[in-house]
Amino acid sequence: MPIIELRQLTKSYRVYQKQEGLAAAIRGLWRREYREVLAVKGIDLTVEPGEFVAFLGPNGAGKTTTLKLLSGVITPSAGSARVMGYVPWERANEYRRRFALVMGQKNQLWWDLPSQESFRLHQQIYRIEAQQFQHCLDELTDLLKVRGLLGRPVRELSLGERMKMELIAALLHSPEVLFLDEPTIGLDVVAQHNIQQFLRFYQAERQITILLTSHYMKDVAALCRRVVVITDGSIKYDGSLSGIVDSFSGAKILRLQLAEGQSPDGLERIAQVQQMELPKVTLRVPRADVLKLLEHILQHYQIEDVGVEDPPLEEVIANLFEHHQAVADSTASQAS
Amino acid sequence: MTHELSNPSRGRSGWLSGREWQLRAACWWTVFRIALEERLAYRGDFALGTLMRFLPIITQIFLWYAVFDAIDAGAGKRLAGYSFQDMVAYYLLSMLGRAFSSMPGLASSIARQIRDGEIKKFIIQPVDMVGFLLLGRIAHKIAYYTVAALPFALVFFLCRGYFTDGWPPAPQFLAFVLSLILAFLLGYLMDLCIGLIGFWFLEVSSLLFVYMLLNFFLSGHMFPLDLLPEPWHSLVAWLPLKYLAYFPAAVFLGKIPADALAWEMGLECLWVVVLLVCARVLYARGLHRYSGYGG
Repeated sequence: MPIIELRQLTKSYRVYQKQEGLAAAIRGLWRREYREVLAVKGIDLTVEPGEFVAFLGPNGAGKTTTLKLLSGVITPSAGSARVMGYVPWERANEYRRRFALVMGQKNQLWWDLPSQESFRLHQQIYRIEAQQFQHCLDELTDLLKVRGLLGRPVRELSLGERMKMELIAALLHSPEVLFLDEPTIGLDVVAQHNIQQFLRFYQAERQITILLTSHYMKDVAALCRRVVVITDGSIKYDGSLSGIVDSFSGAKILRLQLAEGQSPDGLERIAQVQQMELPKVTLRVPRADVLKLLEHILQHYQIEDVGVEDPPLEEVIANLFEHHQAVADSTASQAS
Repeated sequence: MTHELSNPSRGRSGWLSGREWQLRAACWWTVFRIALEERLAYRGDFALGTLMRFLPIITQIFLWYAVFDAIDAGAGKRLAGYSFQDMVAYYLLSMLGRAFSSMPGLASSIARQIRDGEIKKFIIQPVDMVGFLLLGRIAHKIAYYTVAALPFALVFFLCRGYFTDGWPPAPQFLAFVLSLILAFLLGYLMDLCIGLIGFWFLEVSSLLFVYMLLNFFLSGHMFPLDLLPEPWHSLVAWLPLKYLAYFPAAVFLGKIPADALAWEMGLECLWVVVLLVCARVLYARGLHRYSGYGG
């Protein structure tokens, strides 16, 4: 029984089309032109309980819109969604007590008060039993190592500390489904790592369902077995992280270390040279030709060491985004 | 129908159960307590701001003195039934009314929360914004009265000579207290409604400016509304603004005839209900619009 089910979920916004210049601005006072923007175009997605799913995609791809739809902040233009059996945008209190949304760029805590006051408020809002509240709070503060900071006003916390407090506030009522929108944005490497470790541990222990959007490939690689690539409002890939490379990159990276005195001449004719720092040469070769080329090279050159690798994930995904962007641009220009 | 069934907090009759009330009361108390703490976080600025509000009293007393002097009121001349003493007493009492009904920063903070998306908090969490903000305001007011009570008492004591009729009889005083509480509710609801218009306009500061300007003159903050010529006087009598400053003061000073008092209070309660419905509708429609277009 899936915990999250999206069917043909679509969201379009009407945005005011602003023209340049003062004259146009004055005209805009009484006649405004609006343009429909499709942020999410008919997404189908099924998530089973206990899954940790990452949404990857460039800015404006529709990741955050999808999370907003699932948490009931916005209503879709078409399609349906069910989370734990609830329709999110009906905003039933029973549903709202069972999920949480954390946005890396938005603050839910009371700015001028110590975090523990915000936590107390959450205890009442979410109706958490006193004993369970204390137990959860102790566990979370120990895991995130913020016990000493509970009494400090939120405005005096660092960004990383604040993010930890945001997570505690979101998890106090033990939500079964957690939506994380860029939880590590703007954090330094250590803080990012801490949050990742915490999320991994907590998810494994509680077996809650988490949907995460992030720009940091490290977040995704560390946390999620399942990756959903969204570009331009629709799902382009749904599967494992390593599977992305297999599906979207036709190339392999060949690293050669030439023997002393061996000239690299001629290599550029048989394959694309990506980097040359003698005696090291890096070639980019079509996946199907790897064996044939390797044989040829070993025959004609004196090689000390050789390695075959997949291209880096970031590169593959960047290419994937760019490719879809280019396709979208060309169809858009055709349409106009 | 399914919604009703899935809501265990309501019994078969539709009334909230005792347990539900208990949970809600605990939540309200926490919201109130935290809002109070937040208010006291900046106590220096808060105390100074509270005390500064008393400065205009002196200028106002001088102003009315000059006015009555100019019309040669020494011989007991009155302005629309107000002697100089009455006028000062009125001013002090209307200030007390304003201390209940003014909501500094409420409308603009709601509009800001809509603009920068902080309003999402009330969509995601199982908490009602109208009630949440009301509790916050009650906390603000109580913090304010705690600081302002002493200076208020001092000012009234020093100016006791202006209250020529002394204390009003008990029923009239009770009506005065009730009118202050209703003034608080009306002030809250009006500012709330203006803030909620932010769902449509995003920026409400000019609207708020117009409202404040009207409020200043038509609530009786500037001068007793009895001074207004017709048809303004009749018009203002039907507006809710007069309850924010004029009405409590007029009740205290016995300017409202005893037979009209009940009717006036009834009208004030009606305004509270009307504005509450207004706020509810604006909030529901605003959220609908927000979730449809923005977010």
